[in-house]
Amino acid sequence: MASFKPTKVQFLPKLGEKVTEETLYWKNYKSPVQIKEFGAITKIDFSPLPPHNYAVTASTRIHIYGPHSQEPIRSFTRFRDTAYGGRFRGDGKLLVAGSEEGLIRLFDISGRVALRQFKGHSKAVHMTSFLSDGFRVVSGSDDLSCRVWDVPSAVELSSLTEHTDYIRALAPSKLNPDLFVTGSYDHTVKVFDMRSGSSVMTMQHGHPVECVLLYPSEALLVSTGGRYVKVWDLLKGGQELVSLKNHHKTVTCACLSSVGNKLLTGSLDRHVKVYNSSYKVVHNFDCDASILSMAIAPDDEALAVGMTNGVLSVRHRRHQKDKEMLTSRRRRGPSYQVFVKGKNFVPRQDDFLVSKPVKQYLRKYDKQLKSFEVSKALDTALQTWTRTSKPDVTVVVIIELNRRGTLKNALAGRNEEIRGCFCVLFFRHIFDPRFSRPLLMVGDIVLDLYQQVFHQSPVVERLLQRLMEVLGREAELQQELLQVLGILDTLFTSLTPRKEIKTVLETTSNNLLAII
Amino acid sequence: MVEKSDVRVVRCGGSKINLRPPIISTDSRFVLCASGDSVKVYSTRTEEWLHSLQGHTNQVTGIALNPANHLQVYSCSADGTVKLWDFIDGILIKTFIIGYRLFAIYVSEKHDGIVFLHIALDTDSKNECFQLVAVHLPKSAEQEVEAKELSAVSSRISPNPSCTAFGREGQYIAFARHLQLNVYFFRKQKTYSFSLKATDKKGAKNAFTCIACHPADDCIATGHEDGKIRLWRNFIHTKEYTYSTQHWHHNAVNTLCFTPEGTNLLSGGIESVLVQWQYGAGNRKEFLPRLGGSILHVSTSSDGQLFCTSHSDNKITVIESSFKVCGVIQGLVKGDAVFTDLMIDPRSKALVLNGKPGHLQFYSLLRDKHLYNLDIVQQEYIYEAGLDQFEVVKAAFDIKGYWLATVEERGQKSSDLEFVLKLWAYDERTQSFVLNTTITAAHTDRIISMCFSSSEETTMLVTTAEDGQFKAWCQGADADTQQDQSFWSCDFVGSYHNLTPTNCSFSADSSLLAVSFQEVITIWSPDTWELLTTLCQPPGVVRDLCFGQLSCSKYLIATTTRNLLCCWNLLTCALEWSTSVEVSKLQPDPLSENVAAFSYQSKHTDLFVFKPNEPRPLFTHKNVCSEKIHRAVFVPREELLNNCDESSQWLNRSQLYFLTQNMDLLTFSTATEEDRMLSSSKRLVIDDSIAVTPFYLLLGKHRQQQQKLNTPSHPAADKPQQPQGSVTITELLHTPAHVLPAASVLCSMFVSSLLISNTGFPFPFFSPEMEMESSEQEMNSEKEEDQQELRAQGSVDEVTPKLSKAQERELKRVRKTDFSWMAGLIDSKP
Repeated sequence: MASFKPTKVQFLPKLGEKVTEETLYWKNYKSPVQIKEFGAITKIDFSPLPPHNYAVTASTRIHIYGPHSQEPIRSFTRFRDTAYGGRFRGDGKLLVAGSEEGLIRLFDISGRVALRQFKGHSKAVHMTSFLSDGFRVVSGSDDLSCRVWDVPSAVELSSLTEHTDYIRALAPSKLNPDLFVTGSYDHTVKVFDMRSGSSVMTMQHGHPVECVLLYPSEALLVSTGGRYVKVWDLLKGGQELVSLKNHHKTVTCACLSSVGNKLLTGSLDRHVKVYNSSYKVVHNFDCDASILSMAIAPDDEALAVGMTNGVLSVRHRRHQKDKEMLTSRRRRGPSYQVFVKGKNFVPRQDDFLVSKPVKQYLRKYDKQLKSFEVSKALDTALQTWTRTSKPDVTVVVIIELNRRGTLKNALAGRNEEIRGCFCVLFFRHIFDPRFSRPLLMVGDIVLDLYQQVFHQSPVVERLLQRLMEVLGREAELQQELLQVLGILDTLFTSLTPRKEIKTVLETTSNNLLAII
Repeated sequence: MVEKSDVRVVRCGGSKINLRPPIISTDSRFVLCASGDSVKVYSTRTEEWLHSLQGHTNQVTGIALNPANHLQVYSCSADGTVKLWDFIDGILIKTFIIGYRLFAIYVSEKHDGIVFLHIALDTDSKNECFQLVAVHLPKSAEQEVEAKELSAVSSRISPNPSCTAFGREGQYIAFARHLQLNVYFFRKQKTYSFSLKATDKKGAKNAFTCIACHPADDCIATGHEDGKIRLWRNFIHTKEYTYSTQHWHHNAVNTLCFTPEGTNLLSGGIESVLVQWQYGAGNRKEFLPRLGGSILHVSTSSDGQLFCTSHSDNKITVIESSFKVCGVIQGLVKGDAVFTDLMIDPRSKALVLNGKPGHLQFYSLLRDKHLYNLDIVQQEYIYEAGLDQFEVVKAAFDIKGYWLATVEERGQKSSDLEFVLKLWAYDERTQSFVLNTTITAAHTDRIISMCFSSSEETTMLVTTAEDGQFKAWCQGADADTQQDQSFWSCDFVGSYHNLTPTNCSFSADSSLLAVSFQEVITIWSPDTWELLTTLCQPPGVVRDLCFGQLSCSKYLIATTTRNLLCCWNLLTCALEWSTSVEVSKLQPDPLSENVAAFSYQSKHTDLFVFKPNEPRPLFTHKNVCSEKIHRAVFVPREELLNNCDESSQWLNRSQLYFLTQNMDLLTFSTATEEDRMLSSSKRLVIDDSIAVTPFYLLLGKHRQQQQKLNTPSHPAADKPQQPQGSVTITELLHTPAHVLPAASVLCSMFVSSLLISNTGFPFPFFSPEMEMESSEQEMNSEKEEDQQELRAQGSVDEVTPKLSKAQERELKRVRKTDFSWMAGLIDSKP
């Protein structure tokens, strides 16, 4: 005697991205904290010292925020015009910033007034940075020059004018105090050596360079500009390693995570993309506006993104502790001991064992199906909770009823509320390819059964109206998709020369059909 | 070796065991059931088939225990005879020749020497008329008796044998036909009739389907087409009869049976639920659901401890009176149709075909035994007439038996067809197939055929469907799913001018794929998916397609609907030969070059066996059967035959089985094979007659070994004389332990007798067989003269020329070894 076979809920694999370790890592950020600044945020820089405060350059001021504060703990407001490129020194005690008027200011973190001012640039200075010895400041300006300043004496040490357009990207080497990399709107990236006083390497990016970035090993260089992100191998004399085109607008900023040196890029298309070590996109953060600047805290504790609309959005990592907090709030059931009571009893050798038959536990709808209570089974499957959170269960019960030939009986004689239920279910899942077929069948039967009484209920009437609209839209969409398919077909036939035509076409059209 | 090897068609195994109700013997040890032209005896405890009572020449249509002797059984057959058997020993006692076709047999204790039979009269007229007759069986010593004393009880009865039953102590017999219930009282010699209306307002269907009489009370239970059970009482008076109605079954009641004490009534129907109604307690009932196929018959043992139900899926279930299933006897399930091809599981060499609804069954042809069912659909099957449910329609194994692909379909009749393609992987740990991938919409229309590639390295499945496409499925072909390598996905979709593909086949080395599109056969390369060439031989749509095997792998054979058998040479891409023959099934033998073709012409089927390289058949068998054959399979043999005769050479490596439209599984066999079968079955019978003791096992093992030695050289010769030592051994073993010498004494003597003396042999050679032989011969040592003779005989039988010199020497030495220690022992015994 076989036991009752419970109805099987079909498990369908989700299409799209595969869940990997890395996506889980990057998903583990809390929802962002939004802070409104006065203007577009052009630069964010994390202090290398704990507690890793960060300097946010926006409009005519630089704010310094603590890791969890929403209010700035300090602000530098002595700018007459727009400030640019506020950056910390390696010890986190000094801050340097350029400005629209061409002045470069040096601040002490605890003070308010600028300690030094470097005058010399004739146009706006968008990028400033300390060299790694901490005694020199390098700046890139719109007057096509790149200057190095001495911090103690505030004098200009040298001026490099090799670029032929605005310099908008700058990255000093951390290993060698005499090296720095600049990127310019003249489509080139140059590596300067202060010892020789000129560029030692030039790379053609092909687009105006917005940002340059050195890997900690300083063997790899990342430059962004246009829609492209390019990685260069400096040890091979500036050979291009990869060229990534994952954004559909200009890539404005890039940074490296401190765990595993993963590359993150932000773009005007409002996305932050995370790449794995083989430069495949593994995660994607969406923002509300075009991204201008981005920085990630040491240990990836927080990701700060600055946007054109002046909103600073900070995402903090979720920690194990937070989760525990959540779970501990839940009501605790009986302890484990209660359940295993007597289960671990080991019988002695001469004990007579009476085996208990294993009880088959069935779901409620299965129990009802087992005893052929079709209407009740349908009711169970249509309960609000099941219907909303597990529509696959509902649909499976409907399919099972149909297989038994009793779907019509189960659907008949229902009141208005249940009928509304059907409509809602129908409305929600009709376009889900998994459910559309059985739901259409149900729809047919329901329409047949309740033809006379449908118009009496205003709720159902309204739902039907909406359904008609949605169906119309869907039909239009299908038509458009078919048109696209036709276009693609012609394209493919014109592209591919001979025999392979068919195979390529077949597979693509098939894929497209699957998508539709 | 010159042997006659005429090939003939034989019915093989898997016969129907659910035609008539099974009988449980009085001691509850055996279950008897009519099966084909024999009666099969099964053990109730072990569910094993013990032996069969063979002798009838046509379908056995009824069996009944002899009320006078509970060790005897009557059987009646369509060949017009009633036979009396001793079913324990399987001996035919008597044959009574009646002379009409018999359809059922009934006996009663009260009517000694009389059997009641269903006979068909006027076989020439259109509607067969069934009669119930009483036959007086003459008492004579002869083996074959003609029983001529027939007296008709009723001239018009229902053809259904369960519509007739004996009443209390054989006082009356009740039989129903359509809407009429008749009761014939033997004392009054009168028939009373009670009739019902065909329908009423509620749409009842009142036709009788079965009948049962209470053993101690005047009560008749009748089952009806709409599932009602009526209990008739007071029918001794025609006018004042009453009946009560009980209704649980939702479809026709197939069978009714009272327990021997009459306390309970058992009923069964299509729902496959055995219902036990308490007699006289109104509506109280017990259920035993989900027994398998719909219940056809129920019977009880005479002590009421065991029930037996037989089911439509060729199964007998033995049930204890406490409603617990204690045994299942499963035959080859043959439903109304077999959708899948006949297949051979490459691992177990079992025949695989549709079994229970939604299952595939694995059936061992060698042992004629059902192995197991594989649940494909994995859904609760609803036993209800006219319900459209999922059924397995296609199945295919890959060459190593590691993958199984199945297609299940629902809604063949209605417009919305649902089908699922499933791939099953063989799990070594559980020794069965485990579901790996389910593909719900593999094609947009019905799948017509599918096949696995025949290469051992990469497995690929190709399906063709009515939507005009064929698809290749590969394991883990999708690049995105890096972790789940083991799942299957679509690799290639191909089509040809929007024609419907029908058949697909891989060449022997899987380098080519042939897909037939109506009249055109396309050849593809599975590596690059390039269309290599097309072959066409109009007119006629290609019906069947196969590549040649082994040395003929360069040939492609196809049959068309316009009676053409074509063979292409793929090296030249030209037609090698073609003949005009109507072929219904083309089946290549995977182990040889042979191809079998069944051809249906002028109402009978012929078989041709040919090699693709020549258009001349190797073997022709005319008139195999009168129906069209669509399913056939070559089953590889366990041991090769070595027939030299040309006509039977093709059967050496594998055996051809085929399924007719009447669902008979037939095969071709040669004379040598049958001889062997006969000898093996004889041995089985002998084995069964001896009680199993540990010593018997020892001796039995030895006997088998000796037979193994004998059979290859002298298959037809008489069995060699069995060693006579068993007397001594039994004496030894039956002696009470306390009078025997200590085991240590025996042991040391025994071991020393086995030791090899270090003279003359460079290396010790001692096979277990020799050891057995020596231990057996030592027993004989007391009868010296007898033994000399025996040894001489034994040497003739045993020493085959194949033995190597060393072995021969060893054998001699073994003979010379002294077994006198045993003799000494026996002498010393008081």
